[in-house]
Amino acid sequence: MSTTSDASPIQAGAAESRPRPGRGTEPKGGAGGARPGGRDLLASLPWIGPALILIFGVVLFPAVVMFYNSTRDISISGVDKGSVGLDNYIEVFSFPYFWPIFGRTIVWVVVVVAATVVISLGLAQILNKAFPGRRIVRLAVIVPWAASVVMTTMVVYYGLEPYFGIINKFLVDIGLVDTPEGYGWTRNPATAFAWSIVVAIFVSLPFTTYTILAGLQTVPGEVLEAAKMDGAGPIRTYWGVVLPQLRSALAVAVLINIINVFNSLPILKVMTGSIPGYDADTIMTMIFKYIQNQHKVDVASALSVVAFIIVIVIVAVYVRVVKPMKEV
Amino acid sequence: MAVTAPAFETIAPPAASARRRRYTEDQVPLGTVLIRMLAGFIVLAIFILPYIIMFFGSVKTKAQIRSVDPTYFPQEWHWENYIDMWSTPETPLPQNLISTIVISVFATLLVLLVAMPAAYYTARFKFPGRMVFLFLVIVTQMLQPAVLTSGLFRQFLAFDMIDTWAAMIFINAAFNLSFAVWIMHSFFAGIPKEVDEAAQIDGAGRLRVLFTISLPLVWPGIVTAIVFTFVACWNEFAASLVILSTAGNQPLSVALTKFVGQYETSWQYVFGVSIVAIVPVVILFMIIEKRLVGGLTAGSVK
Repeated sequence: MSTTSDASPIQAGAAESRPRPGRGTEPKGGAGGARPGGRDLLASLPWIGPALILIFGVVLFPAVVMFYNSTRDISISGVDKGSVGLDNYIEVFSFPYFWPIFGRTIVWVVVVVAATVVISLGLAQILNKAFPGRRIVRLAVIVPWAASVVMTTMVVYYGLEPYFGIINKFLVDIGLVDTPEGYGWTRNPATAFAWSIVVAIFVSLPFTTYTILAGLQTVPGEVLEAAKMDGAGPIRTYWGVVLPQLRSALAVAVLINIINVFNSLPILKVMTGSIPGYDADTIMTMIFKYIQNQHKVDVASALSVVAFIIVIVIVAVYVRVVKPMKEV
Repeated sequence: MAVTAPAFETIAPPAASARRRRYTEDQVPLGTVLIRMLAGFIVLAIFILPYIIMFFGSVKTKAQIRSVDPTYFPQEWHWENYIDMWSTPETPLPQNLISTIVISVFATLLVLLVAMPAAYYTARFKFPGRMVFLFLVIVTQMLQPAVLTSGLFRQFLAFDMIDTWAAMIFINAAFNLSFAVWIMHSFFAGIPKEVDEAAQIDGAGRLRVLFTISLPLVWPGIVTAIVFTFVACWNEFAASLVILSTAGNQPLSVALTKFVGQYETSWQYVFGVSIVAIVPVVILFMIIEKRLVGGLTAGSVK
């Protein structure tokens, strides 16, 4: 790589007259002549400082606040009544529904992500083929990505209403449901949760499909040609040549989906929020029940810390596996 | 510098070129093309179906949409729903719309203001802590307001900013910063350094170089960052739900959930508002379609 060194007299002169840092060192060049030093860091602050303030002030500091609050006793009206050690954590873990909720969270994430990836692999295969109108189909796939998840979920919720819901009517019309008024899918936790999974898969498909499509572009045409020459059929080519090439795209898609699905609130909030009890909750909806219904911000913080640690572990795996920094 | 084009530029160029090539050279049989079109049509239908149901519902009367024997298609088209819905009693929808717009616009502006200098500087200069900064950006991308809501709630309570637009503007800006930094970073990194140098030799200052030389070249990256941030803020739900307690302050995403579980939900209004809220952002997203993946996956897929 022909890195333009910034040792040119003009550059050096400019740098002397103006004590600015890193005089035009190309990051990707690597061999640039940046002098590490406090002065450079200081001079970078006007540029990256505002971003740092935002990240520290609104992302990292709240995390600290959350850790701190998880050890405090905070009254319903919000008054901090002092330290309680790990009592909030004990309350979280001794809640009789905690382990079912924990298990359900795993089911939620695993089923949604697995189904999303499998369906997206098929969708990407269709969208990668040439046919008239492909552009329109690709754009249609984006719609659930851009649309509010709350609103997408609400139309499904309406559709599942007994008597007047349009999905129920359809299921009755094709004979899958034999009661004329349909079935109260959103009235019991198990079916409401199952439909929530369907909605979660639906709204996760666009990102996943697009990521896999991007991965498919990296499969070299010559390799496919070669496979064809060697007499490999389409299925063999897909398993042997295409899928291995998709490994990094799939790793990214899976990990980002795990994070998104784990953090997802709106779908379950709409679909199962009006069902009493805790038989359709995940960790995330439980956090919001602690905050909103029970006004226990301290216990919510303790559960949030548990969730936060889970997320951090996933992020660590992401950084190890995907190595997003390698491109910088 | 062997200029590496921004990673995502390579993501989706195939549309035109690849298609043309395959049609002419590979001679795909007509039957295969028809099967592909059929599959494509089914995919299209499935993906827009919920929004078609929404649209049909939005022009039905309350009696029709709650009818015990519902019809798939509207019998009559009640366009007046799109006017009447704004005065529904459940929630002050005009204020909710204004709230959504104000929060999204200002959060997007803030992101732009903060992310652009950071993206430019990290793409152009090496400085101690640069990798740490970029690492921090990637980690924030993986964090979402939902998991931090209880901390955010207590923090903004302490700042006396609970139930304010300002709080949501900061939250939305902070959590969408990483996408904007990342996408603009890769665009800035793609500009040949010689372009900058030439301008500097001509005596232009660094800021002037940024505004007159670099910005026009990274314009697509900026548009992508603006659109993505705007749409994400537009649809934000979890933090708004807890931070904004007054009905009039809430964005549409939160306000609409109040209709669920009501004794007699006015679904036609829910869907009318949804259509109004969804159509503009879908169009915006379609504009940046080809660059979405690059920004989200930090360039690790290309």
